[in-house]
Amino acid sequence: MTTTSTMRTPLARVRGLGSAKSGTAHFWHQRLTGLANVVLAIGLVTIVLMLIGKPYAEAIRVISHPFASLILLAGVISAAVHMRIGMQVIIEDYVHGEGLKLLALLANSFFAFAFALSAVYAILKIGLARLV
Amino acid sequence: MTETQTRSRPLSPHLQVYRWPITMVMSIGHRITGGALYFGTVLLVFLLLSAASGEAAYDRASAVFGSIPGRVVLFGYSFALIHHMLGGIRHFIWDSGRGMEAGTRDTLAWANLAGSAVLTLILWAVALAWH
Repeated sequence: MTTTSTMRTPLARVRGLGSAKSGTAHFWHQRLTGLANVVLAIGLVTIVLMLIGKPYAEAIRVISHPFASLILLAGVISAAVHMRIGMQVIIEDYVHGEGLKLLALLANSFFAFAFALSAVYAILKIGLARLV
Repeated sequence: MTETQTRSRPLSPHLQVYRWPITMVMSIGHRITGGALYFGTVLLVFLLLSAASGEAAYDRASAVFGSIPGRVVLFGYSFALIHHMLGGIRHFIWDSGRGMEAGTRDTLAWANLAGSAVLTLILWAVALAWH
């Protein structure tokens, strides 16, 4: 956020620099994953409800059902994208120092990736182990 | 006040001066619940990794989630999830170009709050009945 005063118009300052090439991608991905999350979160809540009070073997049977596993996998991936770009906006709104902002954005990406990877690993392990 | 800031110009009313419009409260709520859901993904990973690690780990996780503090956290998490979901649906309504009129936007904001409270209670009634 620069406060340098200039006589040049905003248009004159950006002319010739080209577009950022991403356009409305951020906005669109937030809406796309948000819509998916409405359905997938209801699925996730239903699956969690089905786990209540179940002993281990039955809980594994619920999670390892192909339909439940796929809902969970899709939900985790969609949520990871959604939360990453959502937190990115929060960071860009509140963290103004360039170095700290870069660190926060990196940490955000790593956190979202770690969430997705560990959840996907667990779901696959539960889902595939049953076949052995 | 530094020397460069000696001009005292009229300022518009700030946060603590005026009554918060419900639309503003729900907007802030949408961001806060989003942040809570972000860090709350740790809970889901904890549950899934425990289930993937074996019976002992899963039973431990079940005990954690079933304890009073665990239930309080899950209650808050379910409220955040529903609140954020209804807030997102409100955004979809706005994206269609509707719901921004003076009366409607307030109704939608109140519906967001009331709806998330009611749905959270229904969800927990179902969960406790199920158990």
